[in-house]
Amino acid sequence: MQFPGRRKKLIGSSQNDLYDHCLQFYGQPPLENISLTEFETFAVERLKLLKTVENLGVSCVKNSEQYTKKLDAEISKFFFNKEDGISEYEKRRKDHISHFILRLAYCQTEDLRRWFIQQEMDLFRYRFNDLHSKHKTDFLHKNNLKYETVSAEEKKSLQDKLIASSYGLSGTKVEEHDVYKVPFQDALDLVRTRKVYLLAGNAYIPHHEIVTIVLNDFRTRLSKALAMTARSLPAVQSDERLQPLLSHLSHAYVGQDYSIQKNIGKISLEQIDALSGKSFPLCMRHLHKALRENHHLRHGGRMQYGLFLKGIGLSLEQALQFWRSEFVKGKVDADKFDKAYAYSVRHMFGKEGKRTDYTPYSCMKVILSNPPSQGDYHGCPFRHSDPELLKQKLQNYKVSPSGTNQVEDAGFSLNHPNQYFTESQKLLSGGRDIKKEVDMSQRSQENPASVTRPSQANSKQAHEEMGDLDSFFQDE
Amino acid sequence: MPTSDYDPACLPDLLPLYYRRLFPFSQYYRWLSYGGVSKNYFQNREFSFTLKDDIYVRYQSFTTQNELEKEMQKMVPYKIDIGAVYSHRPSQHNAVKSGTFQALEKELVFDIDMTDYDDVRRCCSAADICSKCWTLMTIAIRILDRALREDFGFHHLLWVYSGRRGVHCWVCDDAARKLSVAARSAVAEYLSLIKGGEETVRKVVLSDPIHPFINHSLSVVERYFCQYAIVEQDILGSKESVDKVLALLPEDIKKDLTVYYQEEKNPMKRWDRLCTLVEHKKSSIKKGGQYFDKEIMLQYCYPRLDVNVSKGVNHLLKSPFSIHPKTGRISVPIDLKELNTFDPFEVPTISLICEELERPRADEAEDDDVKDKENEQEAGERRRIRDLQKDF
Repeated sequence: MQFPGRRKKLIGSSQNDLYDHCLQFYGQPPLENISLTEFETFAVERLKLLKTVENLGVSCVKNSEQYTKKLDAEISKFFFNKEDGISEYEKRRKDHISHFILRLAYCQTEDLRRWFIQQEMDLFRYRFNDLHSKHKTDFLHKNNLKYETVSAEEKKSLQDKLIASSYGLSGTKVEEHDVYKVPFQDALDLVRTRKVYLLAGNAYIPHHEIVTIVLNDFRTRLSKALAMTARSLPAVQSDERLQPLLSHLSHAYVGQDYSIQKNIGKISLEQIDALSGKSFPLCMRHLHKALRENHHLRHGGRMQYGLFLKGIGLSLEQALQFWRSEFVKGKVDADKFDKAYAYSVRHMFGKEGKRTDYTPYSCMKVILSNPPSQGDYHGCPFRHSDPELLKQKLQNYKVSPSGTNQVEDAGFSLNHPNQYFTESQKLLSGGRDIKKEVDMSQRSQENPASVTRPSQANSKQAHEEMGDLDSFFQDE
Repeated sequence: MPTSDYDPACLPDLLPLYYRRLFPFSQYYRWLSYGGVSKNYFQNREFSFTLKDDIYVRYQSFTTQNELEKEMQKMVPYKIDIGAVYSHRPSQHNAVKSGTFQALEKELVFDIDMTDYDDVRRCCSAADICSKCWTLMTIAIRILDRALREDFGFHHLLWVYSGRRGVHCWVCDDAARKLSVAARSAVAEYLSLIKGGEETVRKVVLSDPIHPFINHSLSVVERYFCQYAIVEQDILGSKESVDKVLALLPEDIKKDLTVYYQEEKNPMKRWDRLCTLVEHKKSSIKKGGQYFDKEIMLQYCYPRLDVNVSKGVNHLLKSPFSIHPKTGRISVPIDLKELNTFDPFEVPTISLICEELERPRADEAEDDDVKDKENEQEAGERRRIRDLQKDF
């Protein structure tokens, strides 16, 4: 991969050729010199954009009005330049360069890659859908997606079949809008679920679904490119000017996965009750309390809490003792525990089945997968709980009323329950400076439960009802 | 399947004869070389053999037709499977750097096994087949052959009798051989309509609008259904099987039919009544579950394929022209033009064909006769091979 700083300067007149469409697949890396300042600014701003894409994807229904409005605003911010009138060329250049810089930061691990691809795809999907129909076709052609549109006669003769196979198609739609002929190998998701008309090896894709095809292509290309970038990364990382920035970028926003257990055995079982009050994030505290009270947790809760405990340093033996002693106080006798539940604890530690050493869940995972239902205690209280109840609970935990209303910036972004634990422990043992303004004394009195969560909006209702509490959840 | 001639104990004597005189090596080699367009295509192909006493050997590969012949005559495999074309010669896979030995291409294959229909056939079960349930294979071939050709645009399909209880399909197009795992699994799922195992009662659920593929498949099923299911399988005959059918219907229709069937014993009339009631219900509700009769037909007749067989690029499948050790039958190609008259019980067994070979030839006529029998099975294959050769 070519790297800025080692290439010739760009000639002015070919500007327009380089960026002949507002969207691109990021196939070719940038070939110009760029200042370190611009390098850093572009990267950080794109990262903010992607982070917004992620948060909006979690808190709003994609393509809802709210989603569209907010994302639009963020994209405008990204392209906005303090000087008057940023040109189209400059917008596209920023888009291009910032994407490639972030590739450097996000190519290294599977998790980073997955995150980056997901957000870039969501961003691309939004921008592509926003395009005028003609520009969509333009884009396809310019990128060698040689998908022909079906002629009017063929559309007419196949009309009934098209309507019977594709979602959201009517007679008028078929007539008015384009239908694309795509080799079936490029439309596997639609083929697999039989949601498309197939003839002679081609899938007949209506206009509104062509974005799915394009996205598949986008994902494949980006995935391959990231793998290649990872291979040339050592050369880049040896550049001292860039190394600190790149590692800051990838850590600040995605963070560790706590899969490698540090401090195994440093925590004793007797400490857990006390720790839960001091250094557990709200979700884990909640789970711990439910476990102590009911002497039981369902599967979702066992997984979320059990893996968290593994992440803070509990060994397998300790975990087995912990769960057994609690369950035995309830309806489960020791025998049954050993038969039914011990297996799943061992499984969590990678000692059973396909021996995957499961990683503790990140906040995103807790929020997005497996929402709790009746009788469950897992999930994220900031997302899954009723706001009033949540407010009450926080007050119970001695977060002062002003604390629930204030936004406090601890100088890092919280993405993982185990991160919360680690930072909290650091704080309590006095090993860390806090960058922004925080009242230290208030902090040691209250629980660190007042540390902010990244922007989450529970629901429209929450927005309307909560007012103050709402701002608690916003990043800025 | 009773074959009075065939005795598995004779295999050690018959197989060497079969491999020396009858196995169509030159057509086989020509098929698998695909015109020599890709370098080392035949040489990098994996074969697996099951030898006497169930000894299984994988990663067999051969450099020439001659070597293939010699090895087969030497090892005398009881079973032969064909696998994928790899990046290197399979027989040397241990010498290759770990991670670089990979399956690159293979025909897209389908395996239809009669045992997968045990919940809907009454005449036989497990490995048994009879002329009554063989219709299921006919239906499967017609439906899948049409779909693979018309929907997916494939041209070179080889249908083969497995030798005991099913059929295989080898899709040999260049595009098919290059399909990824994801693509193969997508094709197989597109072709699957029967969902659910032991626990599921209603295995087919149709909703509006009905996809053209399903409509095409239904028209095939409808051609055979009455004769096959109502008459031969008698699914509306005994109480037990009637109950199974009724279990697929909503309460109100079920009640009505239970009463009606107390009087009416004629299965055709019973089926007609069922269809009428479903039709009635359809026009009275606005949406949902209007196709009970079609669902029943599909559940009893639609092809059941094993997605796992089709998915894997490196999956090994029984070779055409190999012998099935349990029945002695040769895995012969099926000519779709003669599909309606194909009879699995008429397929030559190894003992039959060897016996014919051994018979002293009195005159020309008999000679031709024997040759005809030998060629009969190969004719179909040659036709297929000729088709395959056209493009390669």
